[in-house]
Amino acid sequence: MRIALFITCVNDTLYPRTGKAVVRLLSRLGHRVEFPEAQTCCGQMHLNTGYRDDAERLARGFVRTFAGYDAVVVPSGSCAGMIREYYPKLVGDDGPPVYELTEFLVDVLGVTDVGAYFPHRVTYHPTCHSLRMLGLGDRPYRLLSQVRGLDLAELPGAAECCGFGGTFALKNPDVSAAMCADKVGHVLETGAEVLAAADNSCLMHIGGTLDRQRTGVRVLHIAEILASTEEAPA
Amino acid sequence: MKVELGMPAFPQAAAEAVDDAQLRHNLKKATHTIRAKRANVVGELPDWAELREAGKAIKEHTLRHLDTYLERLEAAVTAAGGQVHWAVDGEEANRIATDLVRATGETEVVKVKSMATQEIGLNEALERAGITAYETDLAELIVQLGHDTPSHILVPAIHRNRSEIREIFLNEMGKWGLPAPRELTDDPPALAEAARKHLRQRFLSAKVGVCGANFAVAETGTLAIFESEGNGRMCLTLPETLIAVVGIEKIVPTWRDLEVFAQLLPRSSTGERMNPYTSTFTGVTPGDGPQNFHLILLDNGRTDALADEVGRQALRCIRCSACLNVCPVYEHAGGHAYGSTYPGPIGAILTPQLRGTTTPLDASLPYASSLCGACYEVCPVAINIPEVLVHLRGRVVQTHGGETTVRTRAAHTAERTAMSTARWVFSDARRLRALQRIAGKSRRLVPKKRVPGPLRAWTDTRDVPEVPAESFRDWWRRTGGGAR
Repeated sequence: MRIALFITCVNDTLYPRTGKAVVRLLSRLGHRVEFPEAQTCCGQMHLNTGYRDDAERLARGFVRTFAGYDAVVVPSGSCAGMIREYYPKLVGDDGPPVYELTEFLVDVLGVTDVGAYFPHRVTYHPTCHSLRMLGLGDRPYRLLSQVRGLDLAELPGAAECCGFGGTFALKNPDVSAAMCADKVGHVLETGAEVLAAADNSCLMHIGGTLDRQRTGVRVLHIAEILASTEEAPA
Repeated sequence: MKVELGMPAFPQAAAEAVDDAQLRHNLKKATHTIRAKRANVVGELPDWAELREAGKAIKEHTLRHLDTYLERLEAAVTAAGGQVHWAVDGEEANRIATDLVRATGETEVVKVKSMATQEIGLNEALERAGITAYETDLAELIVQLGHDTPSHILVPAIHRNRSEIREIFLNEMGKWGLPAPRELTDDPPALAEAARKHLRQRFLSAKVGVCGANFAVAETGTLAIFESEGNGRMCLTLPETLIAVVGIEKIVPTWRDLEVFAQLLPRSSTGERMNPYTSTFTGVTPGDGPQNFHLILLDNGRTDALADEVGRQALRCIRCSACLNVCPVYEHAGGHAYGSTYPGPIGAILTPQLRGTTTPLDASLPYASSLCGACYEVCPVAINIPEVLVHLRGRVVQTHGGETTVRTRAAHTAERTAMSTARWVFSDARRLRALQRIAGKSRRLVPKKRVPGPLRAWTDTRDVPEVPAESFRDWWRRTGGGAR
C-alpha cells in the first residue's frame, strides 16, 4: 500500500510537530509514508469564502499531486471533509482515496491500540467537520481510550461548534468569540490538562483563547497524543 | 420581501446581541430546552431517517412539477367555492388582500400566525389602508403589543422573558382592547389567561380572518394549519371572510403526503409527537364557517430561487425552526440580527435568495455561519444548508465584482487580493516554501497579543500561535522524513 501524507497548509506552516507525529506513529505501526512535495492547500478557505474558481484550481493541483496513491492520510477532519464532500462537485470523482488520520488507523489499518503512553487528563473536542461531514463517530475515543495512562474526561456540549469556522472567526469575531467562550467554559469544567482534537485550526482558535485567559490548559492534536511514548512524550 | 432599510450588516447587529446578557440567557435557555425535546421525540421513531427522506422526496418532486400542481390546486380551490389570486410579489399580494378586506367594509381583521404575511409586511400595508390587523397567536400578540419584531420562526417572542411580557401586557393591552387585570403576575398561566380574555373579545367580533398555511393539498384544494393554541381554529371558523396568503412552495400533491409532514413537523418544531390543533379546510362549506374564501398564491422571489440548482432546496423548508434551535450562531446572535422574517440558518439561505444580496445586510447573511452543519443534521427535509451557504457566498463575491456595491469596494478588493495571493502561493509548492521560510525567520516579529490590520479581529480575544522556525516540508527535506 502506497500511503501519502497530505499535511495541510496550516499544519505544514504552523504545526509541523503534528506532521512529525503522524510520520512517527505510522512508522511505529510499520508503514512508510511518502510526502509528495508538490502539495500545498486543499482550497477549503477559498471555497468557503466564496472563491470557487480559486478552490477549483487548488483542487485540480491536489488531484494531480496525489494521483496513484492507495491512500492519502490527512491529519485534519476539516480538510479531509472538504476533499470528500466538495471535490466530486468541483473536479469530479476520480481523486485518490482520502482518509482522516483516525479513520485511517481504525478503518484501514484496523488498530485502536497504537502503543501510546500519555499520562494526563485529556478531554476531546470532536470538531464539526469530523463529526458531521466525515462521521468519525467514536473512532477518536476508541483510540484515546487505549492510550496507557490517559484519563479521558467527557466534554460537555462536545458536539457544539467552537466558533472557528475559517474566515468566520474574522468576519464575525464577536459571535465567534462568544461561541468560543462557551466551549472554553466546558473545557474548564472537565478539569482536563489537555484539550485534544483532530483539527489544528479549531485548536488554534480554542487554544488561542485558553492562552489569552491564562487557563493553563494546553491543546494538542490527537496525532501527537497517539505518537507519544515514554521515550518521546508529547 | 419587506426590506429593512438601514439595517446594519449581520456582524455589527450580532455584536450588540452578544453583549446583551439577558438576551443571551433567554435564548440559551429556550433553544436548549426545545433542542432537547426535539432530540427525545425524534429519537423514539425508528424510521425517522426514512420519514426525512420521504419528506425531502415529496417536496423535491412537487417543486420539479410546481406548475402542474399549482394549476391543480387552483382548479380544486375554485371547484370548492374559493377564489384564487396570484401575486408576483409582496406589493401585489398586499394590494389584493387590502382590496378584499375593503370590499367587506370591515376595518379589523384577526390573524393566524403566518410567516408569509410577515414576509410581505401585510399588517403595515393594511394599517396604511386604515385596517387594523390583530395578531392572535400568543407570542405574535406579545410582539405586536411590544411594538417589536419576531426573532424566531416558531417562538417569535423568544427574546422576551415573562417579566418583560407582564410589563407589555399591563402597558399595552388596554390600548388595543380589553386591558390586562391590574393584579397580573408573571406566572405563565396568569399571562395566558389575560391573553385569552383579551383575544376572545376579538374572535367574537371579527368578520374577516387572515391566515397562511403550512401545507396546501393540490388534489383537493385543502389548506392545513398546524398550531398549538387554538387561536388559529377560531380565526379559521368564526369570520365570514377568510383570506389565506400562501407561498407557492407550500404545496403537497395529495392528502397521503400530509401523513409524512404531520409526523416531521411537530417533532421538529415544538418537540411534540403531535401538535394540539391541526385544522384542514377546503373552499367554502355552505352554512358552516367562512362563506367567502380567498387564496392568494405568493411568489415574491420563490421562482428565482427555484431556478437556482443549488439554492432551490431552501424551498423545501417547512418552517419548523429546528435549525434555529441547534444553531450556535443563532443562539449567540439572536434572531433580530438577521433582519428578516426568516432568521437563523434557514434565513441565511432563504433571505438572500428572496431579497437578493444588494444590501450590506443581505450580502452578509451567507457568511453568518461557521458551517458547523448542525442545521443540516436536524433538518426534517434534509436541506443541505452549509452547501447552499457556500454557494451563496460565491454569488456575493461575484456580485461584488459587478455593478452592485455592497461592502465597500475597498474591503472587497482587499479580500479578493488576499484570496488571489493565497491561491498564487498555493499554486506552486516552491512559493509556499519561500513564504514559510520568511515567516520562520521573522517569527519573533509576530506579536502574540495584537496583530495590526484585518487580523486584529483574531487577536482581540485570542493569542496568535507561535510560528515554528522550520516548516514541515523543510523538516522533511532536511531529515528525509525523519530517517536522518
